Amino acid sequence: MMLEVSGVKKAFDGKEILKGIDLQVEKGDVVAILGPSGSGKTTFLRCLNFLERADGGRLVFDGQSYDLHGASRKEIIRVRQKTAFVFQNYNLFLNKTVLQNVTLGLTSGSKIKKAEAHEIAVRSLERVGMADRLDSYPNQLSGGQQQRVAIARGLASDPEIIYFDEPTSALDPELIGEVLGVMRKLAGEGMTMLVVTHEMDFARTVSNKVVFMENGVIVESGPSQEFFENPKETRSKEFIRSILGSR
Amino acid sequence: MTERIWTILIDALPKMLEYGLKVTMPLTVMSFSLALVISVIVALIQYAHIPVLKQLCRVYIWIIRGTPLLVQLFLVFYGLPYLGIQLAAYPTAVLVFGFNEAAYMAESLRGALEAVPKGQLEAGLCVRMSYIKIMWHIVLPQAFRTAFPALSNSLIAMVKGTSLAATITVTEMFRQAQVINARVYEPLALYTECALVYLLFCSVLTILQQVIEKRLNHYGGNKA
Repeated sequence: MMLEVSGVKKAFDGKEILKGIDLQVEKGDVVAILGPSGSGKTTFLRCLNFLERADGGRLVFDGQSYDLHGASRKEIIRVRQKTAFVFQNYNLFLNKTVLQNVTLGLTSGSKIKKAEAHEIAVRSLERVGMADRLDSYPNQLSGGQQQRVAIARGLASDPEIIYFDEPTSALDPELIGEVLGVMRKLAGEGMTMLVVTHEMDFARTVSNKVVFMENGVIVESGPSQEFFENPKETRSKEFIRSILGSR
Repeated sequence: MTERIWTILIDALPKMLEYGLKVTMPLTVMSFSLALVISVIVALIQYAHIPVLKQLCRVYIWIIRGTPLLVQLFLVFYGLPYLGIQLAAYPTAVLVFGFNEAAYMAESLRGALEAVPKGQLEAGLCVRMSYIKIMWHIVLPQAFRTAFPALSNSLIAMVKGTSLAATITVTEMFRQAQVINARVYEPLALYTECALVYLLFCSVLTILQQVIEKRLNHYGGNKA
């Protein structure tokens, strides 16, 4: 097991958002986390990377065990060394070029020499088809291009798992395809990915596991095909019907 | 009569320019540099919510903004010697102007820091940058861009504000105009000339501000 989380709990202002989430991810898994808005998907993902401090829960990652509530700064950095996070709003550094966006984490985060960082960055950007825009600033790019650069920034540190937080939700419909295309390619290359998404097509055809969350608990989880073809829980059935029906 | 005034004005101009360039501008540059350093520190302390220090910063801003600059100058220059603290006029002016304007600039910077999208910090954390490095490479540069017009305001206000140094015996440009006026007594003509020289200095700074703002626009500002 590459990543194993158990009992993740989180409340904001006394309101319970996560009521004890367990999840297991194996190397090469592409796990889609589905659920209506407000179900806690994003908070869960953010807790795994300590962007949000969980109130409780354990994370076993890469053979090490971490307390999601009380992890030390060193432990957090160790986790982040092997993970990447892709945000809904890309969060590219606005005052940096495409190239600098990717190298900055390498030179100042991972202490890699400048020349080597440059090489790694260009290679990462080639993987997402953005190597021809090295000197552009984020605001000169479309949303889809920005998100691809953000993925390249994540790839540059050679992570063992990439967390995607609704990576296509902020995009215009015609730009969604290029980002999903990159993610599909990564999945094909065996990258382990944990994806909070509303893209049912992606969940059905790319991910091999689905986790369906609602009101801070996991309602159902299992292999994607089984989940879509033969959901067990009433809520899952309703959710699939409402999503597919709205297409 | 008119000819006499013209002669006075032409004689006075080099003197005013000299004191403007040799005293007013260096005084402004030094005070502004000091203010910049203080304001960045004060703004960052508040942005990072450092306990105790944050409260101290609020008290500092409250006192500075709530009392007149002229009173602050007099308090330090004429008042503090009674506590055994005696500073020369010029350093007093730099210190008071610096600490005074810093309070206003800190507020501009704090607002600009808070306007930087929070995701910028989070993205930096996710690529393992330290908080300090994220501040230095990402957040502060963006905040400076946002605060730049307000900071330019402060600089221009300071150019004119240094004329108050005349009241604590610093012979800067305005004091020079007073000295000349005391000799020839042409207040209307001389103070108009003095005002025009200040206007000239501030115009140069305004043009400079526009040029720099254009260059800072290269990345398109803070649109997330």
